[in-house]
Amino acid sequence: MSSILSNVLPAPEDHVLSVIFACRDDPCPVKLNLSAGAYRTEEGKPLVLEVVRKAEQQLANDLSCDKGYLPIDGLADFNKLSAKLILGDDSHAVEENRVVTIQCLSGTGSLRVGAEFLAKHHQQRVVFVPNPTWGNHPFIFTLAGLYVEYFRYYDPQTRGLDFEGMLEDIGAAPSGAIVVLQSCAHNPTGIDPTLEQWEKIRQIVRSKGLLPFFDNAYQGFASGNLDSDAQSVRMFVADGGECFIAQSFAKNMGLYGERIGALTIVCTSQDVARKVHSQVLLVVRPMYLSPPMHGASIVTTILKNSDMYKDWTIELKGMADRIISMRQQLYEAIQARGTPGDWSHIIKQIGMFSFTGVNEKQVRWMAKEYHIYMTYDGRISIASLNSKTVPQLADAIHAAVTRLA
Amino acid sequence: MAMMARTIRNSASRCTMMSRPIFGLRSMSSWWKNVEPAPKDPILGVTEAFLADPSPDKVNVGVGAYRDDNGKPVVLDCVREAERRIAGTSFMEYLPMGGSVKMVEETLKLAYGDNSEFIKDKRIAAVQSLSGTGACRLFADFQTRFNPGSQIYIPVPTWSNHHNIWRDAQVPQKTYHYYHPETKGLDFKGLMDDVKNAPEGSFFLLHACAHNPTGVDPTEEQWREISQLFKAKNHFAFFDMAYQGFASGDPARDAKSIRIFLEDGHHIGISQSYAKNMGLYGQRVGCLSVLCENEKQAVTVKSQLQQLARPMYSNPPLHGAQIVSTILGDPELKSLWLKEVKVTFPCFMCAHTFDGESYLIKHVESHVVFDNSTKELESDKQIMADRIIGMRTTLRESLEKLGSPLSWEHVTKQIGMFCYSGLTPEQVDRLTSEYHIYMTRNGRISMAGVTTGNVGYLANAIHEVTKSS
Repeated sequence: MSSILSNVLPAPEDHVLSVIFACRDDPCPVKLNLSAGAYRTEEGKPLVLEVVRKAEQQLANDLSCDKGYLPIDGLADFNKLSAKLILGDDSHAVEENRVVTIQCLSGTGSLRVGAEFLAKHHQQRVVFVPNPTWGNHPFIFTLAGLYVEYFRYYDPQTRGLDFEGMLEDIGAAPSGAIVVLQSCAHNPTGIDPTLEQWEKIRQIVRSKGLLPFFDNAYQGFASGNLDSDAQSVRMFVADGGECFIAQSFAKNMGLYGERIGALTIVCTSQDVARKVHSQVLLVVRPMYLSPPMHGASIVTTILKNSDMYKDWTIELKGMADRIISMRQQLYEAIQARGTPGDWSHIIKQIGMFSFTGVNEKQVRWMAKEYHIYMTYDGRISIASLNSKTVPQLADAIHAAVTRLA
Repeated sequence: MAMMARTIRNSASRCTMMSRPIFGLRSMSSWWKNVEPAPKDPILGVTEAFLADPSPDKVNVGVGAYRDDNGKPVVLDCVREAERRIAGTSFMEYLPMGGSVKMVEETLKLAYGDNSEFIKDKRIAAVQSLSGTGACRLFADFQTRFNPGSQIYIPVPTWSNHHNIWRDAQVPQKTYHYYHPETKGLDFKGLMDDVKNAPEGSFFLLHACAHNPTGVDPTEEQWREISQLFKAKNHFAFFDMAYQGFASGDPARDAKSIRIFLEDGHHIGISQSYAKNMGLYGQRVGCLSVLCENEKQAVTVKSQLQQLARPMYSNPPLHGAQIVSTILGDPELKSLWLKEVKVTFPCFMCAHTFDGESYLIKHVESHVVFDNSTKELESDKQIMADRIIGMRTTLRESLEKLGSPLSWEHVTKQIGMFCYSGLTPEQVDRLTSEYHIYMTRNGRISMAGVTTGNVGYLANAIHEVTKSS
């Protein structure tokens, strides 16, 4: 019988995965994987937050838990609490009932549901994303039927933000264009606009009639403070305009595998919010009917209990602080070796990742000679470093930079 | 004094903020002022409204899923035990894009057989999916990408979401005859005609067992004939198997249609779900598999399925997969599951078991002419049956005691899970708005939702809205 599948070609391998596999297959015992965005402890182990374990136990012991389907838009309490987390306890938009929040499958799912809604209901089909951005962004929007364009973001000369370029490119976007903005701890560069820069970005987005779509994957994980990390988003919401927000609890609660996040759509009125909400349900139902409950239950348990919430903020700050100290250690180690060049970007950048500035040739060389693995754009996961591996990395960078152009 | 100063300062700053010109803000019009409100899902909508109601007195008699006398859905013991074992042990790391390898392995055994040569030869491209819905959607997306221009043939009737899934994947749909309302059985001739008349190489959606909503399945002999005709026409069979183990109580028996197609050499696709047969509704765990020509093709197809999953949710959720792996990977837990899956939601007149809602409604209609004396129930279903019969009796007697002017004979005359109360949509609306009682607007009451705790309240409310009829 002839196959309908004979024309299917193998999919191109995901870059991050291929680096992970290359590291996995490396027999060297001191190999170091800095390619994946997963937090590790000082001992190099994955971390499950104490407060998450506590929530898990509570849930396991709660025999009254309903095991039925969640509603299409997920757990209601989770939605309310997630919205408060990003928008603030005193958000006017929430008070005025013009915020739609739907539980989705982590950040990816929130972006995709939002994109599908926009593809159906928004008059503009172009989405502007930063150059560079998270690898999955273009796929998500393209699969939803939208078109992806890039705005300037990273300046390789300064290893910082190309702010003028960014404003220019966003300013040239057609009216109604969707603009993806990473609210904090930009992935992959670790470079965030300052608050003053965010205000200018807000002004140009609003004056050009563009629609902001925030990707909020690292709230609390960047500075260690949940409210500080939410400032960019809250600034936009405060001006009364509309926006989309994709929220993820993968990193800041360590719930990676449970796929828990939320899509929030801030509307101008309660009436519009109601209609938008009903239409988003129509996007979700034929995709997966309703979201998975476990992650939502854990997050809700933590967010609604003030003691557990407090414990969470402490553990979260602990993770953010460890990352900041790794940045400091790496910078000092590179300085100590007299590596040529300005490496201050390592401590200026924020969040899980750093764009080191090493080139692809140097990256490949480091993998071969030092068994250190990172993505070809020179991005490393600072969250995967510890005091023992910092010297190893500093040695490798020093060697690569001094030996290869 | 200080307090007053602070208050003035606060309100001053608030004023300042309000009056600060918002640079460049367009007038407060919305991007989505022209968005139409979407129609509410007729069944899920009832449950949603019920869940959103804060009233402590609320009652949900719209639901079809079985409830015990405390109004709780039945959670299988094997699931409880699996949860107990898992709690506190997981690192919650990302699953691979294709999901839990262990879970997928065990799931393929269920569909293809424990000793399937296809599993041994690694010819199956399989990924963990978001329950059955997610599997169907991934397949539909795969179909649109790799067989552009192809259509999907969908039975009439079917689960309503099937239409939405293939539509959102942009696959054009056609229908084929399935249910014969006159005989309340399979329209086999209509089905075969449609299969024959479809262009060669068409894609068909088949319900592997316990057809939703009719509960009507082809016989084994009919499945063999369907398979032969599919072979002659070179059609592609995509099986939606949402009720394996749940339909007859025997997973192998419920997979018979699939096994027949495999024996006949078809390269099929399967959507599997653990929502009903493990009660893992809210965990969203299932599997999409596609049988390929060889191992190389399976690797290729799997890579493409993963490419479709990645921009949808990156990788599937962990917890449900852990529960499934824990149960199916442990012989003791697996055999407990096999025992428990038999005691589920039966039609009280025949061997079919379902999870209520729209597919039971049509099926129960076929037994509306009842005779208590001829009813023969298996002993392990007696408890559930008795509880529901008890509730029917109590409800009827309560209404009569309240002095209702109407006849409520039908409450005890009808059998099965549902009672067609005869309430009008307006009366149902009053029950909801005044008494926080939720049911579908056709006045259908799910007796499974009636408990000793709420039957008095329910009877009183029904009396109030009907006494002036």
